[in-house]
Amino acid sequence: MAKNDLIGGALWEQYSAKVGERMNNPRHRGEISEEEAKALGARLVVADWGAEACGDAVRLYWAVDPKTHRILAAKFKSFGCGTAIASSDMMAELSMGKTVDEAMKITNIEVERSLRDNADTPAIPPQKMHCSVMAYDVIKKAASIYKGVDMASLAEEEIVCECARVGLRTIKDVIRINDLKTVEEITQFTKAGAFCKSCLRPGGHEKRKHYLVDILRDTRAEMEKEKIFAQADAGDFSAKNLIQKHRLIEKALDEKVRPALAADGGSLEVVDIREAADPRTVNVYIRYLGACRGCISSTKGTLQFIEDLLRQELSDTIRVIPL
Amino acid sequence: MERNMDRIYLDSNATTIVDPRVKEAMDPFFCQQYGNPNSLHSFGTEVHPAMRLAMDRLYCGIGAGDQDDIIINGCASEGNNHVLKGIWFDMIRQGPKNEILTTQVEHPCVRNSCAFLETLGAKVTFMPVNADGIVDAETLRRFLHPDRTALVSVMWANNETGLIFPVRELAEICRENGVLFHTDAVQAIGKVPVDVSRVPVDFLTFSAHKFHGPKGVGGLFIRKGLKLAPLLHGGEQMGGKRAGTVNVPYLVGMGVAMELAVENLAFEDSAVRRLRDRLEDAILAIPDTLVVGRRELRTPNTILASFRGIEGEAMIWDLNAAGVAASTGSACASESLEPNPTFVAMCISDDLAHTGIRFSLSRFTTAEEIDQAAAAIRRSAERLRGISSSYDKGK
Repeated sequence: MAKNDLIGGALWEQYSAKVGERMNNPRHRGEISEEEAKALGARLVVADWGAEACGDAVRLYWAVDPKTHRILAAKFKSFGCGTAIASSDMMAELSMGKTVDEAMKITNIEVERSLRDNADTPAIPPQKMHCSVMAYDVIKKAASIYKGVDMASLAEEEIVCECARVGLRTIKDVIRINDLKTVEEITQFTKAGAFCKSCLRPGGHEKRKHYLVDILRDTRAEMEKEKIFAQADAGDFSAKNLIQKHRLIEKALDEKVRPALAADGGSLEVVDIREAADPRTVNVYIRYLGACRGCISSTKGTLQFIEDLLRQELSDTIRVIPL
Repeated sequence: MERNMDRIYLDSNATTIVDPRVKEAMDPFFCQQYGNPNSLHSFGTEVHPAMRLAMDRLYCGIGAGDQDDIIINGCASEGNNHVLKGIWFDMIRQGPKNEILTTQVEHPCVRNSCAFLETLGAKVTFMPVNADGIVDAETLRRFLHPDRTALVSVMWANNETGLIFPVRELAEICRENGVLFHTDAVQAIGKVPVDVSRVPVDFLTFSAHKFHGPKGVGGLFIRKGLKLAPLLHGGEQMGGKRAGTVNVPYLVGMGVAMELAVENLAFEDSAVRRLRDRLEDAILAIPDTLVVGRRELRTPNTILASFRGIEGEAMIWDLNAAGVAASTGSACASESLEPNPTFVAMCISDDLAHTGIRFSLSRFTTAEEIDQAAAAIRRSAERLRGISSSYDKGK
């Protein structure tokens, strides 16, 4: 909150003149009939997106040339506010003349930019960005109908920020790669959360499945965990404390030994680990389980295999003693 | 009289034009009698007669007795905050009563204050409205727990629908059960009779700008003998119940506005109602429209209409371009996907949740304005349904 935010209610003042014009006189409103599409030698695609109950619904009509996959004509109808109607009109315009694959690359940001009066001033205020996203989504829907595939297969990933179309994977990667520590940094790097701000934290404009604060916290926690593991695993075995030694021994057993024993229906458990100072040894006391119990090899070949493996993986001070 | 002849104002539940007589009465208290009423010298004392007259007009206007308080404050939001938070300080904080009982359709200043008090440990219950869109006596009886309910807060009339709640009956039930009762009367003053000598409310709040007074001044009625912790601590103004230098010109203006509001109640009930009904009939003559709530249950100036297939803000845009000011129903304007509780209770389809447009008249509205507005509404409905993706299929 600051000086410019304290007096609200200037929603319409933040619309560009182009938004107003297209709201007053949408150029591409209307329908395309089967006959009209046929006359163009085109296939008719009709896609619906949104719901009246949610305050926004749009229907897109495309006449697509089945040979070139080019969109020969586009029209729309919309149940929505001024920005929804203006965005839908621009979306229809942008899709015309493109192939279906090209049209799928139209983003809501592109729709919004095309509605600007000048390059530096947003065409619509942040809380209306979702109206432009409707235009983006309905194109995806129309493309999926044309291609005869499920829309989910066209969606790249789970979207966190609907306004800027930023996905969960992208945000996590950016946090890791750039070692980001604040939500503001995520916004700077990805534009997620820069518009309606609903995805920043709970309690915003809209309820969301994912919030940047949670993604940041969870990703940082994962990174912290990985750091501890990495530190615990690195360095000289003999310098480690007993807990870390135990963990490394269990890990080696899990990865290399237990699968081999399991193939013969057996297993083992670590009963104790004792360190002796002179001669310097780490005694690992084990108990055989399952088919290994009483197996003739368990005190000879198998035992040797286990000890060699632990020595090779961790340290040659290890002695394995079956109980 | 300065009026915008080229524009038509049908948003009087949001705020009203200041009556020129109110403005005139306020005028001397800016540059001539500008003293602080708490001062001992003549500049201070010379404003007292006008303040006393204004207080008399307010007391008379709502039927308050001399032993009752009417605290002059900044707005009804302040008054509502004062009641809810005062009750929390005085009763809930110490127990044993810990519950505030209110409704799902209150103004945000009540709902959000209640939500805040929940974080401090108060239990808040939001009562639903019935099929008529109001909270009735039966519902209150069902939710009221005299052993734990500290306060019941129910609005006198709803800002979106204009539906009038049976406040007298509700207040009597609370009185019988020894539970305090508050009503937000902001949409009732000047539209329906409000008389606390006949309706046993304990607290009542109002705001001048809803009845042709200035913005930034309101009142809080407190029944005699009741205590209420102040929201603003400071000087001794308002008997220590609301510190801060009294806004003398605004108090004077509110006094005149109250007197005129009461004087015009009959006019409101006849002439304004006739114009409202005329507009409502014109709206209902458009196919696939509905108006929320029965006419006889509403304040005489309000219409919450729904035009199938038309998003509310889109029509407000068109009407604004035609010089007609209306508003989306407050709840419909929010982006919340929660269904409007009034719509749910009245079995109005979710599909219509974003189609609400509120038209609210005042005693300054004229018949010509109504006819022009009706024409603009018809044109907009036709245009937007031509664009709508859901009108043709919605039939």
